[in-house]
Amino acid sequence: MSTVPAELVADGQVWVEQIMGMPISVHVRGPQARSDEVAVAVDAVMADLRRVEATFSTYRSDSEISRLQRGELTLEGASPQVRQVEMLCHAALERTDGWFDAWNAVPGAPGVFDPTGLVKTFAVTWAARHLDAFAPTLGYAFGAGGDIQLRPAPDGEPWMIGIEDPRDQSRALAQVPVSDGAVATSGTASRGAHILDPHTGEAASGLLAATVIGPSLLWADVLATTAVARGASAAGWVGTLHGTSGMLVTTSGEVHRWTNAL
Amino acid sequence: MRRIVIAIGSTLTGLVLLFSWPTSLNRAVATAAAEPAGSATTSDTATGSTSEPSADASASADPAPSTEPTTAAPAAAAGTYVGDSVQTRFGPVQVQITVTDGAVTASKAIDYPTSNPKDERINSYAIPVLNSEAVQAQSASIQMVSGATYTSGAYITSLQSALDQAGL
Repeated sequence: MSTVPAELVADGQVWVEQIMGMPISVHVRGPQARSDEVAVAVDAVMADLRRVEATFSTYRSDSEISRLQRGELTLEGASPQVRQVEMLCHAALERTDGWFDAWNAVPGAPGVFDPTGLVKTFAVTWAARHLDAFAPTLGYAFGAGGDIQLRPAPDGEPWMIGIEDPRDQSRALAQVPVSDGAVATSGTASRGAHILDPHTGEAASGLLAATVIGPSLLWADVLATTAVARGASAAGWVGTLHGTSGMLVTTSGEVHRWTNAL
Repeated sequence: MRRIVIAIGSTLTGLVLLFSWPTSLNRAVATAAAEPAGSATTSDTATGSTSEPSADASASADPAPSTEPTTAAPAAAAGTYVGDSVQTRFGPVQVQITVTDGAVTASKAIDYPTSNPKDERINSYAIPVLNSEAVQAQSASIQMVSGATYTSGAYITSLQSALDQAGL
């Protein structure tokens, strides 16, 4: 699918594409928003995401990850990007006390390395450098399948982010203004139960969705996924995430919000 | 062998830092924010070492697993709390929070460096606070929606799709 510039506003522009099986939205704001330079940068962003997809997709039999999983490729022989993601998965495993486990992410296949849960935000973080090059005169909201990285626009207005109601996709349960940072939501809402409790190998239950707002998209997403894996016990655990705010929605529809000082 | 292990550890840390904090201006705040997450494995009750706008608000960092689904209710008295001024590489930063009904309802930097035109960014020291106003599709007040990974198919009917089409 080609890049589709949506309707324009005075100093903003929107692009939407489908990559990695999910919608990618880039909203930019600032005096250069409609310039050719920014359009070229957005093309480069999308090209990077497609490159990551080709390397990491578990749906493509010829991707490096598929070849790794079949044992046709070793980590040592893999590309630097795959090794980098593998190291980040190790860091995530450690930082979450084993709850974010890329080696226990495939149902019925413990030990198989599947970094899918981290690849999306890794890709966004990497691809966003093309947009960061315009800072501080260009702000952006870069959304990939519901996870969003934000940078401030020169007009000083924060981006207003809605948190989707996991029971009704057409509705937002809350709003949060973010100038510079990230909002990540994980859950069981749209794809059915796809986050495993690594300790039992069973699909996590207890939470419909967890949203984490913090400075880093990759880590906000890791923490949101961890919250879903933890299920009901996440409500106490999120209190330990200093410098974040967020929201949990339980399977019974109750909402737990938090804001932790630095 | 030990040296190799240390070397690998350092590389890993470097990578984590690199990917934790994509912008240089964001780095100082991110360091403070990310450290407790990493150290949570060893010290659940540690409060931030940099700024503590409110000890009471931090008290919501109750490490005991709780199944209470509603808003955490640290016994914070309602009111406005001003944190200590924290020296950063950009200058002093001071954060104020407002507590209502035991929950933080607002958070803003009341003092931040103004010597540099980029310094509004430092206001991101304030932790964004979620409000609870339900918003229907096509709302003009929000620009993007965070939700559990939706597929291309589900996107068509989503609020994000409506916002993208509205062009902001």
